[in-house]
Amino acid sequence: MSEQAEDITGIETPVYLQYHFTAGSAPARFLSRIREGVLTGQRCPRCSNVYIPPRGSCPACGVPTEEEVVLPDKATVQSFTVVAIPIPNNPIKPPFVIANLVLDGANISFIHLMSECENSAVHIGQRVQAVWKPEEEWTYAMDNIRYFKPIDEPDVPVDQIGKLPITGLEG
Amino acid sequence: MKDIAIVAFSQSDCLAQAGAANEVELIMPQLHAVFQQVGLNNAQDVDFVCSGSCDYMQGAAFAFVAGVDALGAVPPIKESHVEMDAAWALYESILKIRMGHADSALIYGFGRASSGELPTVLSQQLDPYYLAPLWVDTISLAALQARMMLDQELLTERDMAEVVARCRRSAMNNPHARLSGEVSIESLLAEPGLVSPLRKSDCAPVADGAAAMIICTVEQAHEWSVPYALLSGIDHRIETHNLGMRDLTNSVSTRLAAQTAGVALGPVEVAELYAPFSHQEIILSRALDLKNDTKINPSGGVMAGNLMMASGLSRIGEVFKRIVAGEITRGVAHATSGPCLQHNLVAVLESA
Repeated sequence: MSEQAEDITGIETPVYLQYHFTAGSAPARFLSRIREGVLTGQRCPRCSNVYIPPRGSCPACGVPTEEEVVLPDKATVQSFTVVAIPIPNNPIKPPFVIANLVLDGANISFIHLMSECENSAVHIGQRVQAVWKPEEEWTYAMDNIRYFKPIDEPDVPVDQIGKLPITGLEG
Repeated sequence: MKDIAIVAFSQSDCLAQAGAANEVELIMPQLHAVFQQVGLNNAQDVDFVCSGSCDYMQGAAFAFVAGVDALGAVPPIKESHVEMDAAWALYESILKIRMGHADSALIYGFGRASSGELPTVLSQQLDPYYLAPLWVDTISLAALQARMMLDQELLTERDMAEVVARCRRSAMNNPHARLSGEVSIESLLAEPGLVSPLRKSDCAPVADGAAAMIICTVEQAHEWSVPYALLSGIDHRIETHNLGMRDLTNSVSTRLAAQTAGVALGPVEVAELYAPFSHQEIILSRALDLKNDTKINPSGGVMAGNLMMASGLSRIGEVFKRIVAGEITRGVAHATSGPCLQHNLVAVLESA
């Protein structure tokens, strides 16, 4: 062979596909309500658990969740982490706190940011409340809530997290 | 080896576009329908669950995992998934039962093909070096196959139109059909070409939706005291991904699968064939060696509506329904996957 073939170590075959994504009927309902500044979950008809954001089913029982429940914007820290490294394309400068939060009256957590707090003082069971963007900036998105900030309420015992009524600690 | 009984089946309407419904919302009504047919509560009442879907259709990695929210998986269940039509989820479930690891299984398939451009999306299942970068879509590949059939005089365009007209007529009795009605051969042949030689009517109308099935051992079926059909044979065979290496005019893999599944061991009263293009029904009927007395696609087949990732399971479900209704005693169901009938599954169902 006169010429040594060059090793081919890879080829580029980019894939571009366009989709019309559908969140689902239940998530769409949640998004249209948060556009109005209202947090709407759904209750399971079998086990009574309340899910927010809802997916349209109770994953534990496998039945549709149709009853809507309007929830307050107070929550409890179920777990958290302090992010110390910059994350590519994330405009938030470290260190910052992301937390698993359970709204009062809900039985499942969602992830959101925490701010207006001493990072080293964030703890499980801590009570927090939503800090909303100005109403004119609201859209169909969870970040209508800028972040959650600590409030002056006693901690929730670990075994009570995710079990508070809609009325919160007093209820 | 344990005999397999099919005890329940349900399929959604074939919708051109399932509106706002997500995967869970598509699946749940079908799961509840099959649970109700057997008298079960949820997936806790079966030993194994297996689903079929394709993440490329939703355009999201691990989209199939969201489907588990429809099951009631607390406490945890034994669950599996195939990135294929749910007919292959049925196959996996049968293996599970035959190995003695389960006595019953729930199978479901679902898809929202309308979320993307299906023929282009499916081009990405071709071999990644030579064909996928060319974006050859499924309709064009099927058209090449039909052209070979016509050029070799293995069929005529009128034969293809006859398949369409018969399927549409049969679909008039199928409440889930997307397309049905009386249509003349002449009016079909007068249609303009879509991808020559295929006309739009030669291509099965793609649909969003879901289907579900419950299978079990014969002993379990008796314990539940529900009517059942016996799945007496099943096999699947695949051909090379290199289209140039295949004889596209003959489905060798279907022939082999039919042989080992035992299609010829008795009369075939009904055959439900997954033929997404009209000429493919003719290729499949020949590969299965079907005689004139076999009713082909009495449900209208996928010409009534092609529920991507569920249509194969639905073919088996259609034959099951006719057996438990006492209309027939033996039938054959077929499922396909890949371009130009690359991968084929054949099942034989009999009355108990």
